[in-house]
Amino acid sequence: MQSFKADLHLHTVLSPCGDLEMSPTNIIAKAKEKGLDCIAITDHNSTLHAKLAKELGKENGIFVVMGAEVTSKEEAHCLCFFPDEKSLDEFQIWLDDKLMKIPLDEDKFGYQLVVNREEEIIDQKEFLLINAIDADLDEIYDKVHSLDGLFVPAHINKGANSLISQLGFVPPDIKADAFEISRHVSKTNFIKKNAYLKKFQFIQDSDSHYIDSVGEVYCNLIMEELSFDEFRLAIRGQEGRYIETIIE
Amino acid sequence: MTVRELKDKLNLRLVSGEEGLDNVIDGGYTSDLLSDVMGNAEMGQCWITLQTHKNIMAIASLKDLACIVLVKDLEPNSDTIDQSNEEGIPILSTSKEAFEITGEIFALLK
Repeated sequence: MQSFKADLHLHTVLSPCGDLEMSPTNIIAKAKEKGLDCIAITDHNSTLHAKLAKELGKENGIFVVMGAEVTSKEEAHCLCFFPDEKSLDEFQIWLDDKLMKIPLDEDKFGYQLVVNREEEIIDQKEFLLINAIDADLDEIYDKVHSLDGLFVPAHINKGANSLISQLGFVPPDIKADAFEISRHVSKTNFIKKNAYLKKFQFIQDSDSHYIDSVGEVYCNLIMEELSFDEFRLAIRGQEGRYIETIIE
Repeated sequence: MTVRELKDKLNLRLVSGEEGLDNVIDGGYTSDLLSDVMGNAEMGQCWITLQTHKNIMAIASLKDLACIVLVKDLEPNSDTIDQSNEEGIPILSTSKEAFEITGEIFALLK
């Protein structure tokens, strides 16, 4: 087994709250500088920067997991990861259908830009991406799983937009592949208070919206090699693969 | 006032939890954040919300709430209904929005 440094929750300039410097090109350069082996691109309710990041990652020795941070009907944020472009594209079509069509007010929310590798703007998304989509947690899980993807509720301990803030506690029978907890708690302390979740793997990430925070928080993927199949095993804690959190 | 009286006076639809129609309501709480309800709702209150996840029943039971009123004609998930019937905590439904139904319930209770 090997240990791979991973930051699995990053926003690009496509997320309205993502800083203008958060281009895929810049993020890959920063990930390299910080010594990360693996990152995930998880914009709010959109996957449109994931493929470019994957391509740039390949050229620079960074394994990129393609995904999105989806806001469920309950307004809980959930990380969704996909194995390939085909599943990603299919998920994007589904997202487009489920997104509420509320025009973006750039002064209030910021820009939602799609850029190319030269960091030129090639598209601007007109509908606000941070709202809840028209699908609840179970529906999102079912869709992600039908595409062989992974479903990881985000920063579940946070006081806003998390499973716990929205639903009071993590439903004991929730369908999830793993959970993300924020940097403000250690896995040990979280499990102490939520013992019924101890069978799950936990990830911790930077949730970066600014370039300097990329890699500030990371976890280690303990697995054989950098591939989505191995990543899936690590996220689920199967066949000896697992996630090692760093924060004490 | 009992849940039954509230239901009849405001023409609410009973979705589930019939056994609890005689629960006594002595106040109300309006919120869609379940963590907030868990922290702040009080025993015997009716809870006005748009959340339909089955966790609402766990919280209603934990806080010993009199009933749940779902707004905007929302339908609870089937496992939410099952739990409401099991616990005898009624779920009522209205076509009105939270602002309006909260005002009406407030006027009735004060």
